[in-house]
Amino acid sequence: MTTPMIQFQDVHKSFGNNHVLRGVNLDVMKGESMVIIGGSGTGKSVLIKLVLGLLPITSGKILVDGHDTTKDERDAFLARFGMLFQGGALFDSLPVWKNVAFRLLRGSLKRPKDEARAIAIEKLRRVGLKERVADLYPAELSGGMQKRVGLARAIAAEPEIIFFDEPTTGLDPIMSGVINELVREIVVEMGATAMTITHDMSSVRAIADRVAMIHEGVVQWQGPVGDLDNSGDPYLDQFINARAEGPIEAVR
Amino acid sequence: MTLLQSLLSPIGRSTLGLMATVGRISSYAFATVSHIFRPPFYLKELGQQILFIGYFSLPVVGLTALFTGGALALQIYAGGSRFNAESAVPSIVAIGMVRELGPVLGGLMVAGRVAASIAAELGTMKVTEQIDALVTLSTHPLKYLTVPRVVAATLTMPILAGIGDVIGIFGGYLVGTTRLGFNSAAYISNTIDFLQSWDVTSGLIKAAVFGFIVAMMGCYHGMNSGRGAQGVGKATTNAVVGASVLILTSNYILTELFFTS
Ligand SMILES: Nc1ncnc2c1ncn2[C@@H]1O[C@H](COP(=O)(O)OP(=O)(O)OP(=O)(O)O)[C@@H](O)[C@H]1O
Ligand SMILES: [Mg+2]
Repeated sequence: MTTPMIQFQDVHKSFGNNHVLRGVNLDVMKGESMVIIGGSGTGKSVLIKLVLGLLPITSGKILVDGHDTTKDERDAFLARFGMLFQGGALFDSLPVWKNVAFRLLRGSLKRPKDEARAIAIEKLRRVGLKERVADLYPAELSGGMQKRVGLARAIAAEPEIIFFDEPTTGLDPIMSGVINELVREIVVEMGATAMTITHDMSSVRAIADRVAMIHEGVVQWQGPVGDLDNSGDPYLDQFINARAEGPIEAVR
Repeated sequence: MTLLQSLLSPIGRSTLGLMATVGRISSYAFATVSHIFRPPFYLKELGQQILFIGYFSLPVVGLTALFTGGALALQIYAGGSRFNAESAVPSIVAIGMVRELGPVLGGLMVAGRVAASIAAELGTMKVTEQIDALVTLSTHPLKYLTVPRVVAATLTMPILAGIGDVIGIFGGYLVGTTRLGFNSAAYISNTIDFLQSWDVTSGLIKAAVFGFIVAMMGCYHGMNSGRGAQGVGKATTNAVVGASVLILTSNYILTELFFTS
């Protein structure tokens, strides 16, 4: 059996008395598109931040390519990842193109400015933004445009592993479709491993190879996207059919 | 017993809290200093910060020094006249400005301006996950954000204080010659004759320390800001208050070191 690209082994994460993750076990294979679903506040964003070491793990282990993430050399480790933050997290002191090309303007992936700019504009085009946008500042963009700039930045250096935290939230249906296709393309063409968090069921069906649902701090259900509708799991059924009644309490 | 305990325990708790903060800030300062000398170096960011912290603080520091020098001349004249020592005005204004008031008041003004804006900027970056984003883009926030600010402040604060010294002495000169009847040439020669180079140097060293403190407190509180707008507001306040208190404390310690013995 091949080693999974990302392996969560009994991962726990607490903030004080708030026990967010309580034993997550999940494997994401190389070149696979894994989609994480689950209620708001269940710890999906936290899960991704744990992989990148942005938050310390309370207990358990996360292996990337079979290596313990806390022991690897940080720079080389992080160079393999791209991340779209839920809020975009664009640097508001830099124009859009420098945001997108951030990695290409410094460090080990540094290249000439013209070249970096050309790549940035190409990536912006892929997320449906015109060249004109390149010289604006993030504060001058709409929320959905900022999200797409964040997406362009995440894919700019063509990373092996990409995390998308709600890539289509705040986008119109057509643009959502474009982004879904883009995520799919990145996995198929670049052979990247992707982990996407989304609340949008049409995104789930368009993007996912496999789906994992987080509930009460554990992976409640996981399986191929084709099994989504006949999983027999009452929690998953309630979630994907958007029902207020069911085992998941609507008031938390 | 319980009453006593409930009165004393907040004091104990805040003392422990203060100690913990001092420890954290010290280790943050050590980490920053160690990063100053290791590549990569972000020279463009350093240039921007020198411009922002140094150049744009000139008006504030200049005005402060001008009026302080003027007021100082009036006070020393009034005080000196009690001992028939009015003639000491030029030299005491110069020594007072150069050793104490130039660096300290300059430092405090820069604390208000720079520590606050650094804390607000980095605090906002923290709560909007921009600092996390930096990390994921293989850029060390300490190197990219803290080091340029701390280096810029440490380098430019002495220059600001030096300019403040000159403007402050000039303020004293203006008041001395126009209001107190000093002869212009005598005022200038009195100033220069009594001023020793160590007076000036010690003040500039102090200023460098204050610059370091200001940027350090801005960065530390910004980077460790709580969540939300409230967190950023608190970080800004803590940065200014912390920087001001540390400037005054370290000023006393440095003065002890420099001028006793
Ligand atoms: N830095 C932090 N400090 C303290 N608590 C945190 C922190 N980050 C997240 N939490 C808490 O962890 C829980 C999970 O947060 P997370 O952002 O992972 O939710 P989520 O599943 O991504 O939700 P959503 O779908 O709304 O984005 C929340 O209760 C949140 O308050
Ligand atoms: Mg989230």
